[in-house]
Amino acid sequence: MNKKSLLQKAAAAPHMVWAVLFIIAPLLFVVYYAFTDKDGNFTFSNIGELFQASYLEIFLRSLCFAFLATVICLIIAYPIAYFMTKASPKTQKILIMLVMLPQWLNFLIRTYSWMALLEDTGIINSLLGSIGIDPVHMINTSGAVILGMVYNYLPYMIIPLHSVMSKIDPRLLEAASDLGSSPFKVITGVVVPLSMSGVISGVTMVFVPSISTFYISQKLGGGNFDLIGDTIERQFQTAYNYNLGAAMSLVLMIIIMVSMAIMNKYSGEDDGGVVV
Amino acid sequence: MNEKKIIELKGVAKSFDGETILDNIDLDVHEKEFMTLLGPSGCGKTTTLRIIAGFVTPDSGEVMFDGVRINDLPPYKRSVNTVFQKYALFPHLNVYENIAFALRLKKVSEEEIYERVEEMLTMVNLKGFEKRDVNLLSGGQQQRVAIARALINKPRVLLLDEPLGALDLKLRKDMQNELKNIQRKTGITFIYVTHDQEEALSMSDTVVVMANGKIQQIGTPTDIYNEPENAFVADFIGESNIVDGVMLDDYKAKFSGHEFECLDKGFEKNEPVDVVIRPEDVDVVDVEKGMLCGVVDSVTFKGVHYEIIVTINNFKWMIQSTDYVAPSQKIGLYIEPDAIHIMKKSEYSNMFGDYSSFSDELEKLSDVTEEEE
Repeated sequence: MNKKSLLQKAAAAPHMVWAVLFIIAPLLFVVYYAFTDKDGNFTFSNIGELFQASYLEIFLRSLCFAFLATVICLIIAYPIAYFMTKASPKTQKILIMLVMLPQWLNFLIRTYSWMALLEDTGIINSLLGSIGIDPVHMINTSGAVILGMVYNYLPYMIIPLHSVMSKIDPRLLEAASDLGSSPFKVITGVVVPLSMSGVISGVTMVFVPSISTFYISQKLGGGNFDLIGDTIERQFQTAYNYNLGAAMSLVLMIIIMVSMAIMNKYSGEDDGGVVV
Repeated sequence: MNEKKIIELKGVAKSFDGETILDNIDLDVHEKEFMTLLGPSGCGKTTTLRIIAGFVTPDSGEVMFDGVRINDLPPYKRSVNTVFQKYALFPHLNVYENIAFALRLKKVSEEEIYERVEEMLTMVNLKGFEKRDVNLLSGGQQQRVAIARALINKPRVLLLDEPLGALDLKLRKDMQNELKNIQRKTGITFIYVTHDQEEALSMSDTVVVMANGKIQQIGTPTDIYNEPENAFVADFIGESNIVDGVMLDDYKAKFSGHEFECLDKGFEKNEPVDVVIRPEDVDVVDVEKGMLCGVVDSVTFKGVHYEIIVTINNFKWMIQSTDYVAPSQKIGLYIEPDAIHIMKKSEYSNMFGDYSSFSDELEKLSDVTEEEE
């Protein structure tokens, strides 16, 4: 018994080392920097600084953009994932590969490509011009930033949705139909409640990177829409204010955790089999 | 059958990927009837049921409901409900909500839903289970919920797709009785799919025996058992000795080298036929008194009777008798005229051998059963 547990401990050791080195230690550093000043003295001033209007605005904007991007991803991904499950297993594999395909390209290159597409003299506007439509200003707008988020994170919504939906027993859909559900009611009455866990993980996987993203807004928003990610990056890369950067990271983490908690509570009620 | 026809299938055919599943099926279902579609897996019985439910559209032929063609009517607009093979209960809803599902879609008032769900729960003996999680119920309980869910909408026809297949023997017997009672009480037409011939015989008003996408015989359980139409039906329903014979004249058949009196007529003179004799209809007598005689191969005790295998003219007969005989003993067989049933030769003649191959046959049968979903 003892021997076995020793062996188990030994087997878990590499993971423990990994966790301590790459997860716990950095977190401790973040906390340390967030609550100290440049000389290493304990202080709340970094956190306090974040309550300035300019930073609050950045936090609020990040939250808004991430929320919008997540909702749009969900709206686009849900029907795609649903119709993917209707295809033959072979087609489904190909479709999943196609969904993931853009992810094989580097994130920066994908974002630069969008710049080339959206610019005032970019590809889309040239095409519009060639059929006689006036150019549309797209780059450096909030829409472009959200588009960038949706484009980059959409696969992370489709994949978990598809994987949950493909496990729904087709007989349940038949049963619903048999009992009088129109095709629309089959979706709202059976598919939606049974794919809730996919929605949760999809939302998590899109919302978290969206709220902390940087670079997208710099490139597609032209620096007009500072997000938390960009601000944190700036603290470390240009302002060399590690303390303020760490404080922001900490607050961002708390925002994410609170958002997830709210969502889990909301969805937890749904799973409880409450009367529809 | 005095009741009027509720469902008619006319020349219905269906194939999947070039393989014919249903080959020109004609079938009438009457009101208040308990009809069973019986056959080995792959015979097309489930497809027939799914066509009636609306999940499968036939390639050709007509599906009529109350005299109206419903080929293109989607399932949710048909007044039939289904009890699915593995119940297909909604895992996100509790027992109450599963049963109430159909009523909620119709926007029935909360009080009426409550009343009717309670009524259903009483009928299937599940009172007090309202709040239970369906995933935590036993197989038999899930089955009851599935039946209640399908019946609450008061369908004209209830379709049951091997509903008892997943239950153990004892529970299955109880549920058979309960289903039969529910059918009698509600007066709803039941169409029941099974590969279990005993289940079919004990529950049904009408049995439809199917094989290879075709209907082999339609009749009452006694008809099907006593007057099988061909060798397939004779072999599939119960145990039977199917021997080659010749019809010498009306009421006179010859097989196993002996002339027998029988009750069948209307065959041509010297027409080759299949002769069916049920194992329980053969009497074991002394050699001198026997019409046929042979040596006992083996004897197996089965509880109610002994199962005796006897070789006569290289054909192994099965006989069920309550009297013990010893292996290697020479015995005589006596067959009454009414124990002999004569069938026309069919494509199934000679497909079913004697009881020397019977263990193989069983194996084949059980393989097929496993293949079925």
